[in-house]
Amino acid sequence: MTDQRSQAELVRQSLKRRYRKERRFRAYGIAAIAIALSALVILFADIIGKGHTAFIKTTVTLEVDIDGEAMYLDDASDERQMKMADFVEPLIRALMKEIPEAGESDRDDVRDLINPYASNQLRDALRENPELLNTTQTMTFLSHTDVDVYVKHAGDASYSIKLNEKQRGWVDALYERGVVDTGFNDVFFSRGDSRDPSRAGILGAIVGSLLTMVVTLALSFPIGVAAAIYLEEFAPQNKLTDFIEVNINNLAAVPSIIFGLLGLAVFINLFGMPRSVPVVGGLVLTLMTLPTIIISSRAAIKSVPPSIREAAEGIGASKMQVVLHHVLPLAMPGMLTGSIIGMAQALGETAPLLLIGMVAFIVDVPDGFFDSATVLPVQVFLWAGSPELAFIERASAAIMVLLTFLIGMNALAIWLRKRLERRW
Amino acid sequence: MNTLNTTVTSEADVPEEKAIPVQDERPAETVIEEGKTVGTPFADDPKFKLRNVEVFYGEDRAIKNISLDIARNEVIAFIGPSGCGKSTFLRCLNRMNDSIDICRVKGSLQLDEQDIYDSKRDVVELRARVGMVFQKPNPFPKSIYDNVAYGPRIHGLANRKSDLDDIVENSLRKAGLWNEVKDRLDATATGMSGGQQQRLCIARAIAVSPEVVLMDEPCSALDPIATAKVEELIAELSESYTIVIVTHSMQQAARVSHRTAYFHLGHLVEVNETDKVFTSPEHELTESYITGRFG
Repeated sequence: MTDQRSQAELVRQSLKRRYRKERRFRAYGIAAIAIALSALVILFADIIGKGHTAFIKTTVTLEVDIDGEAMYLDDASDERQMKMADFVEPLIRALMKEIPEAGESDRDDVRDLINPYASNQLRDALRENPELLNTTQTMTFLSHTDVDVYVKHAGDASYSIKLNEKQRGWVDALYERGVVDTGFNDVFFSRGDSRDPSRAGILGAIVGSLLTMVVTLALSFPIGVAAAIYLEEFAPQNKLTDFIEVNINNLAAVPSIIFGLLGLAVFINLFGMPRSVPVVGGLVLTLMTLPTIIISSRAAIKSVPPSIREAAEGIGASKMQVVLHHVLPLAMPGMLTGSIIGMAQALGETAPLLLIGMVAFIVDVPDGFFDSATVLPVQVFLWAGSPELAFIERASAAIMVLLTFLIGMNALAIWLRKRLERRW
Repeated sequence: MNTLNTTVTSEADVPEEKAIPVQDERPAETVIEEGKTVGTPFADDPKFKLRNVEVFYGEDRAIKNISLDIARNEVIAFIGPSGCGKSTFLRCLNRMNDSIDICRVKGSLQLDEQDIYDSKRDVVELRARVGMVFQKPNPFPKSIYDNVAYGPRIHGLANRKSDLDDIVENSLRKAGLWNEVKDRLDATATGMSGGQQQRLCIARAIAVSPEVVLMDEPCSALDPIATAKVEELIAELSESYTIVIVTHSMQQAARVSHRTAYFHLGHLVEVNETDKVFTSPEHELTESYITGRFG
């Protein structure tokens, strides 16, 4: 009896120890997750804190007297006259009218309140509708970037305000009266890159990313799945297939910049394809994504229960029928998930694209697979390296857009897996 | 592939001590003479004519020189301790071992006097004639209808939808499942009970009108009631099919089979009328096994 009691005592003590260990282990886990989460929160807070102002634009609304005499223009449909005409003068006059205290000597300071490209806007409006000549129109223009920065960041020590005292006073007064106003920055989503931060947008980069991804998906998914099926189902087990398998696993770990060098050497220098185009970007990213897709597809094929294979073989299905009718449909969710994650990786890839020239400054939104383009992460890279703070906030905003795409793709992967998952 | 491989290793690599746990009780003088089978292994005009069959897994000889005839429309049961090679032997009959790279089959195996392992033999055609039901119910994760219709579809047995409907109904009726599922043919097969799934697998196997049905421990995953149903079904099917059944349950072998073959460590020790095997076995190893001294 004493023996039994002491044994129970021993068990109780060891239990206590075990529970303590368990609690400690759980605490480690919670701490690890807390660290990861707080890092994430800091990252997001920083990006959103820096970038949210990029979604706001500053505009100037003016009563423009389109005076033909002041512009040296008497027929707006005459292209030669249009080229010679002065579109800045009416804008300055309209502004001067809004700022009565400004004298003739302040003309340059007044002009610098409005975006340098505002005159182009006026010209385009006239070109489209020549009847506007010699009328008075209410038009809204983008402000100068310096005004934009002042309106959004006055008092923020990290931003240097380039307006002089006089200009600040004018802008404050105009803002009060609603001539200078802020609104949602649609320019950011509807234009390509620009030297002028307030006119720079990410549409060019988004379209470039989209075109590149289309090429990548169209190439890497079929090739990856076909390779996985062959290796898993048809290839004989020998030295050669072992060698191939080792190499595929190796390729998945090769730094992406190596793929960029390969693309530069092969696609551009050897095959003579153009630089900076989505096709070449897509080809390079295909090389990079292929190992990921092959590995995840093979894992998906392996996870198809052998009993299903046997069942089909037992009825007399040929190898091809077993694969097409049973293995592929059951492996598809895993393959799709792997591919989407591979695509998400490719979407965020920067280094290889720098090497094939997608880092060029491109203003126009690309209109095809062979048109020069840049992609979202490269756009972020370009803007983040710019000395102007107005670009930095736009880089943060572009990161937000990129992250939104990535979260969307990963959510799609999870949804697809949940949706298509089958029990057996 | 995994389960397949594990079965293989368990059949080929199990050392003798494990296959026969109470080896000591085995009469010491018992020596199995290779290629010698007591009883009545041969038949006139057999469905399967199997001579000097040997199966190797790599270097291991899993089946040692077995000769056996399987008669038309008979139910023959393969019994024996684990790892004795009965499943391996069964799988040779429709070449299910083909997908195992290291497996080699030697000897002469004939189905209706045509070589099964002839290099010109089409394995798809062979399996359409020799169907198989597995140990674990393995319906496709599709509807009940599609499960049964799959075989006829891939073999092009039905040109019209109505023909296919007939085949599905007949097969399900033969498998005794029709009344249970006729109202939910579109339901997924994986939602059925284990016994229903196994009968569905049998319906799927007979939907292509095979001549032979191989059953590899078809009831080992089923409860007694489902087992009784499947056994009933086997008795009915034996009127039109040749059935080869591997089983661990000697009662089952006694209930459903006409002849029983006792396997031991890759040898075919005894083949006899089922009654005779279970009442007065000729070989002492058979006797030890059925009286429960090992296995």
